[in-house]
Amino acid sequence: MVHIKRLQENGADIIAVIGEIDASSSIELDLAIAKSVGEGFKRILVDCHALEYISSAGLGVFMSYIEEFRDKKIQMVLFGLKEKVINTFQILGLAELLHIRESKSEALKLANELSV
Amino acid sequence: MNYRYNIGCSLSNLKGIRDFVRNTLHENHVPELQISAIVLALDEMCSNLMIHAHHCNPNHFLELHINHPDKGIYVFEIIDDGSVFDINQFNEPGMDSLVHEKRKGGLGIRLVKSIMDKIEYTSEGGKNICRLTKEI
Repeated sequence: MVHIKRLQENGADIIAVIGEIDASSSIELDLAIAKSVGEGFKRILVDCHALEYISSAGLGVFMSYIEEFRDKKIQMVLFGLKEKVINTFQILGLAELLHIRESKSEALKLANELSV
Repeated sequence: MNYRYNIGCSLSNLKGIRDFVRNTLHENHVPELQISAIVLALDEMCSNLMIHAHHCNPNHFLELHINHPDKGIYVFEIIDDGSVFDINQFNEPGMDSLVHEKRKGGLGIRLVKSIMDKIEYTSEGGKNICRLTKEI
């Protein structure tokens, strides 16, 4: 079960993911990112403070956007991941393919730098 | 120690599987990060089976057993009567091709193989048994 909230700060879209993302709920994450892209955001921050669990279905959603973001010059940065969650990213070596920071301010700073 | 759990093949039941595995391992004082990894591997295996062998039919059932035969050894068995989905037969795609093909699948098998020490398939009395072993 996952809840997703979106809010905008300094021109960036912040997607807060609350709860657990598995094969039954990954579609929600996909829809939220697709909506953000559709609305033309170039900086997307994913707030993972309240993300308790993610399986490959959720990781696959992030992976599936990597090329599109590269083409459209969209910067996505994840922040606030719990140790147990970041561990899942590390098992797959995804921490190197995605941008991950500890705090929202660091995430925004990176997204701004990458947008230049 | 021997724990059992029966569950219908609906993806909405994955949370119940995770809770069962997590609670069982907690009771046995397995360290938290190990629990998270094992819970993930079982979620991946069960969701694969539900999707590929049972087409998410909630009237089809999986049985999950957890055994702890020796100190530090945990054996997880997933028993069903669907078609066999042997992940040892699948070469997990490289990360580059996953990114390029925008594939949302293929990561789960890689995760399970990284987390578990042994993945075996047997068949007994018309049932398929997928046995995952983890040494802690």
